[in-house]
Amino acid sequence: MSHMLEIDGLTKRFGSFTAVDGVSFTVDRGEVLGFLGPNGAGKTTAMRMVTGFLPPTAGRALVDGFDVTVDPIEVKRRIGFLPEGAPLYEDMTPIELLGFVADVRGLAGAAKREAIARAAVRINIESVMHQAIGTLSKGYKRRVGIAQAILHDPEILILDEPTDGLDPNQKHEVRRLINEMARDKVIVISTHLLEEVEVVCSRAIIIARGRIVADGTPVELESRSSYHNAVSIRLPRDRLAACRSCLEAIDGVVRIEVVSEGAPVAELVAFARDGQAIIDRVSEGLRRGDIRIEQIRVERGRLDEVFRNVTMAA
Amino acid sequence: MSSVLAVCRRELRAYFTTPLAYVFIVIFLALNGATTFYFGGLFDRGQADMQPMFAFHPWLYLFLIPAVAMRLWAEERKSGTLELLMTLPLSTTQAVFGKFLSAWAFTAIALALTFPTWLTVAYLGDPDNGVIVTSYFGSLLMAGAYLAIGGFVSAMTRNQVIAFVVGAAAIFLFMMSGLELVMSIFQGWAPRFVVDLVQSLSFLSHYDSVVRGVVDLRDLVFFLSVMGVFLFANVVMVDLKRGA
Repeated sequence: MSHMLEIDGLTKRFGSFTAVDGVSFTVDRGEVLGFLGPNGAGKTTAMRMVTGFLPPTAGRALVDGFDVTVDPIEVKRRIGFLPEGAPLYEDMTPIELLGFVADVRGLAGAAKREAIARAAVRINIESVMHQAIGTLSKGYKRRVGIAQAILHDPEILILDEPTDGLDPNQKHEVRRLINEMARDKVIVISTHLLEEVEVVCSRAIIIARGRIVADGTPVELESRSSYHNAVSIRLPRDRLAACRSCLEAIDGVVRIEVVSEGAPVAELVAFARDGQAIIDRVSEGLRRGDIRIEQIRVERGRLDEVFRNVTMAA
Repeated sequence: MSSVLAVCRRELRAYFTTPLAYVFIVIFLALNGATTFYFGGLFDRGQADMQPMFAFHPWLYLFLIPAVAMRLWAEERKSGTLELLMTLPLSTTQAVFGKFLSAWAFTAIALALTFPTWLTVAYLGDPDNGVIVTSYFGSLLMAGAYLAIGGFVSAMTRNQVIAFVVGAAAIFLFMMSGLELVMSIFQGWAPRFVVDLVQSLSFLSHYDSVVRGVVDLRDLVFFLSVMGVFLFANVVMVDLKRGA
């Protein structure tokens, strides 16, 4: 079966610099793919190639079976794209801009009006439809950028840093919107906000120096963290030493790290060997040692640590 | 075609939402009036024609047309909207045509606003309207050729000032190729056909014959070819700059 989005050996060189180096992956309907990587890793370049803005040096990108270098128009019809930084014609008003995008996308008459109204409501920009885009706040500009991307109800939505520069409420709104649209679309977002991946993405690809260094669901990626299945414990400070020696005796605990010692409450983390489940043994040991605690929690793993490990190692 | 029109409409609106359109039109009309009546001596000639006006158009266009063309691509590259435009489902050729047509339409509007000169001539005498219509046509054709050059230059840079200066210089070379200044460089040593070729590239000689009221197919072909060549070069340049 053919994938909605199929990237195969995509490569881009600028002179002697290789920005994207043989990137391959596929995305199917219903997936929200988070494209992660440090700044300059090649996220934006990869997205520009998939959307037909940059011609690839090698490899290909297929959208619904169409090769972007062979049938760029067919590919662009199926994609809604928010470029990095949401560049917009600042002398236009949102309604003019959306009208222009609708014209180019072949929407006319009632279909055009409905598409604009729907996008405006969905993205909550109705109140600024007649103000020049140049005078709008960063958050509104970003939203107008997203509105033009979803205007034609595309099958594939590619958003380059959709929540960059938004306040927490606006971020929440955009994430809600992405989740809402996720069911029957392919959505690819690039971000360097790890919490975003956990909230909206069903899958994450981490790239560094132009190559894919990790690919999996957020849970899978988290399980690669040394924090995976670690147990963190909060307890009164005077019991810290006792707790520590108790934990050290437990099989499966490789390392104990004291996170904070500030009175009156201390916090420590017991790391599990190879990410095995140690919570039972830990709680058992604590009960047996009669060490009373205030809080105990199993860590899922930390994406930021995985991110650091895979991007620095590459 | 609808994409070309969409781009054209957007660009045309962009001219009028910024002061550029009004500044351009006011200055064009002021200079046009000054050259026609003062330097051209429309009233002193005792002839009911518009030659004094059209004679100065190549020179007015020399620096006014690059001002219209300079923003076409440089602005999009600078502000990043080129990425928005070129990821919409339209070809580079459609985008180039749309932008060119908008600039040409804008110039046509400015040119049409010189109609009071015609009213003056028509009131004072009995002009040959056929010649006047042909002259307008020739002036518009030449503006189109200038715009194609200016648009091409604009695609080379993200700096509008550079686009203006280089565009004006390129147009100047084309204008001058028919004059003694340039011809004398070639005469005497270059083969006859080279001299003829250089002379045949001159805007001024082709323009003069059209403005005299003689629509020669060769002049028409010349201006359309210049537009065609530079629009094509414009498409190539946009794709080239995008790839790098």
